Amino acid sequence: MNVVTPFEGIGASVRRKEDLRFLSGRGQYTDDINRPGQAHAWILRSQHAHARIISIDTAAASAMPGVVAIFTSADLAAIGGIPCGWQIHNKDGTPMAEPKHPVLAEGKVRHVGDPIAVVIAETRAQARDAGEAIQVEFEVLPGISQTTAALAADAPRVHDDVAGNICYDWHIGDKAMVDAAFAQAAHRVVFETTNQRLIPNAMEPRCAVGDYDTTTGEHTLFTTSQNPHVIRLLMGAFVLQIPESKLRVVAPDVGGGFGSKIYHYAEEAIVTWAAARLGRAVKWTADRTEAFMSDAHGRDHVTRAELALDKEGTFLALRVDTHANMGAYLSTFAPCVPTYLYATLLAGVYSTPAIYAEVKAVFTNTVPVDAYRGAGRPEATYLIERLVDVAARQCGFDKIKLRRRNFIPTDAFPYQTPVALQYDSGDYFSTLEQALETADWAGFEARRAEAKLRGRLRGIGISTYLEACGIAPSAVVGSLGARAGLYEVGVIRVHPTGSVTVLTGAHSHGQGHETTFAQLVADKLGVSIANVDIVHGDTAKVPFGMGTYGSRSLAVGGSAMDKAMDKIIAKGKRIAAHLMEAAVEDVEFERGTFRVAGTDKTKSLTEVSLAAYVPHNYPIDEIEPGLEETAFYDPKNFTYPGGCHIAEVEIEIETGRVTLINFTAVDDVGRVINPMIVAGQVQGGVAQGVGQALLEACIYDADGQLLSGSMMDYTMPRADDLAPVSVATHVTLCTHNPLGVKGCGEVGAIGSPPAVINAVVDALRDYGVEHVEMPATAPKIWSIIHGKTV
Amino acid sequence: MPQVTLSVNGKSHTVEVEGRTLLVELLREKLRLTGTHVGCDTSQCGACVVHIDGQSVKSCTTLAVMCQGASVTTIEGLAHADGTLHPMQEAFREYHALQCGFCTPGMVMSAVDLVAKNPQGLSEQEIREGLEGNLCRCTGYHNIVKAIAAAQDVMHGKRQTIAAAAE
Repeated sequence: MNVVTPFEGIGASVRRKEDLRFLSGRGQYTDDINRPGQAHAWILRSQHAHARIISIDTAAASAMPGVVAIFTSADLAAIGGIPCGWQIHNKDGTPMAEPKHPVLAEGKVRHVGDPIAVVIAETRAQARDAGEAIQVEFEVLPGISQTTAALAADAPRVHDDVAGNICYDWHIGDKAMVDAAFAQAAHRVVFETTNQRLIPNAMEPRCAVGDYDTTTGEHTLFTTSQNPHVIRLLMGAFVLQIPESKLRVVAPDVGGGFGSKIYHYAEEAIVTWAAARLGRAVKWTADRTEAFMSDAHGRDHVTRAELALDKEGTFLALRVDTHANMGAYLSTFAPCVPTYLYATLLAGVYSTPAIYAEVKAVFTNTVPVDAYRGAGRPEATYLIERLVDVAARQCGFDKIKLRRRNFIPTDAFPYQTPVALQYDSGDYFSTLEQALETADWAGFEARRAEAKLRGRLRGIGISTYLEACGIAPSAVVGSLGARAGLYEVGVIRVHPTGSVTVLTGAHSHGQGHETTFAQLVADKLGVSIANVDIVHGDTAKVPFGMGTYGSRSLAVGGSAMDKAMDKIIAKGKRIAAHLMEAAVEDVEFERGTFRVAGTDKTKSLTEVSLAAYVPHNYPIDEIEPGLEETAFYDPKNFTYPGGCHIAEVEIEIETGRVTLINFTAVDDVGRVINPMIVAGQVQGGVAQGVGQALLEACIYDADGQLLSGSMMDYTMPRADDLAPVSVATHVTLCTHNPLGVKGCGEVGAIGSPPAVINAVVDALRDYGVEHVEMPATAPKIWSIIHGKTV
Repeated sequence: MPQVTLSVNGKSHTVEVEGRTLLVELLREKLRLTGTHVGCDTSQCGACVVHIDGQSVKSCTTLAVMCQGASVTTIEGLAHADGTLHPMQEAFREYHALQCGFCTPGMVMSAVDLVAKNPQGLSEQEIREGLEGNLCRCTGYHNIVKAIAAAQDVMHGKRQTIAAAAE
């Protein structure tokens, strides 16, 4: 349908409303909040990967200036452990191992950074000074950090009650069908790889401020969270036993999350509990080094995969065996990431008919691992797109033709994969063609030759991929072990004089919802975005919400808003019909105006809303006053954005340094609401994907000592590590949500790592290199080129 | 406890601090100017950048007592008194050069000094290199570089207003 969009509606690159406060230093992040009379908390953390706590002596610390209290697990005996939000079952149907995740370490510390005690003092500096005076006697135990090594029979046990460090042993797909296909295959390609552990490092460190009103008995928690209602539920119901009516959770401006701020963390419970215990606010802010050892890490899969092909290159079957590191304790969503967000994506954009995947999740003496931008889908995409390139090389197929040959045809939708998911729409051929053209794939060999004259090895790499997001249908995920629903809520409140307040359960931490959600209202109700306020992040204001992650805010939160707006329009028509003395079925609505069909009798939304709140001329016997509607939207399916990414790199022969020259992204994210914001999401995601491919790695030694303990050792991408990223979109609408949107927050981080590594391997094609493990750092590449280690 | 007297955004303050108090702590906690942010503890992220006597400086690596008699400008003091935005602020908004906004104050302050110190004009590559001391995890720097190039034209007198970003 070709509709001319108003400059503020769907499809417009409206500049962001929220920028004004961020650009002038008036954002309100959690550490900017200071409550009257607040005390400060500092957490004493384990410097050992694995140890028994023999004794904790706080006597000297308690006597230091400004100290209000010091608490250990002994003081928290009445409160619960941190719950896990997803239960995975083993192959034999038994539930996963779910060892206790205490708020403060009980008897044992299990990773460097494990919290042992909290010091509350008048100032942060006093709390830290006292914390450093706490004497802990440890019996140091052997630790284990590496994912596969933790499964060895003689590996140290992270949890005394979990044999073999196995959290679960899960599978999906049809093993017999896969085995049969392999038996007859002309080609069998084996590929082994590690998807390395990463640290999300949102620029804002985590912070939590607990407060308690001694008059009303109400607890308030300000926290750096992507989902305050989820924190209220998990902490209130499972940890502190506080009813919802007495617990308010507020996530104000949040400085990036990327998944790391989804989870309920111990510090949130500690400050909430301590504030009530002490009768005054308690504030805790992480420093960056602390964040490295306490924020959930991402990725950390070790995989062996095999692809079976016939002699023409048709994919017959895929077999995958993955070990996934959970870390020392189960973080909120950790178990679902290497299962339902990973293995179910192993068809990718291909029509591979038989797939079987086994996943063992393992405990180690490392920081807990959970979802990080892409959450399982980058791991799946990297595996598939590297495997396809390896197969092309080994079997002598052209890597583009091999992909096209196996794409799901455009007329095959809805397409049922062999790994549970059913894709609704997609056109992988078009995104591929557009990317090849934009990146000038055809002209590459000339660029390679020219680079060689400059002493550079140039390579080009491609990734054709999709992902599953817009999470998720509640009943489906419930049947798969989720302990929560994944719907979203939207309240549309039309005020008497026509401005609109939207209450949404989504929570923007950089995605621009205050602008893009207002665009939805401008487009449908015809209210200027200056008169639309988006309210999010406060459980006292918004009825409920599951939050922002998994590229769900527009697909699920926006759809809830759309449903609520439909209800507004339906009620508005009845009021307008009354005002215009017409039959309700003759009343039409378009962007702010109600009209009696075929006439020039109109009423504006403002006139209708005023009538609703001043119901003198009003069908009071038929409908209630007011113009406010709530809708809960539970998605019918995941959404499946994806596309084609192409990376071009140059390697400096003398140093092995890999430079990204350019990057092309053509993505299908369904209907585009704000093109500039979509491009920003893709560019940011690509930067994180390039970071994974070339720069980043969280390194532990074998025993669990964290070696990459700060930004001195963990390479964050800087502006001169990156190149311009060309972003284009190709639209196939989502068929099952009212907006036709698919989500765009994670695609950049999902499609890019294999494109970059495929480019690096291509650049090294004269060196007989089959594969380069991420990150492709200079020492690694230098060793390959020069045939020796650094 | 030592005292330090300094001017912040044109206003003089005399503040009691400890010897170890960082400038960023003085700004955020004593003066409640929370626009300057702390993003790391190894002086790498640049979220804390302010101007001291016209130079961009990481306020996390500056002791408050070192600022005796200094004139400090923070992000809150960058716009004109009547609220008109600095061209760099305008450009960041026009080019969608911020997402979560946490790195933004330090990024803007660094960028203003970078452009001011290079009246000959900086290429895209030079802008990227000039931003080595500022980390952003959200934007991938693509739009930040474009915004700085656009602000540069106005700050160097080549344009009156920020060029509109291509849609």
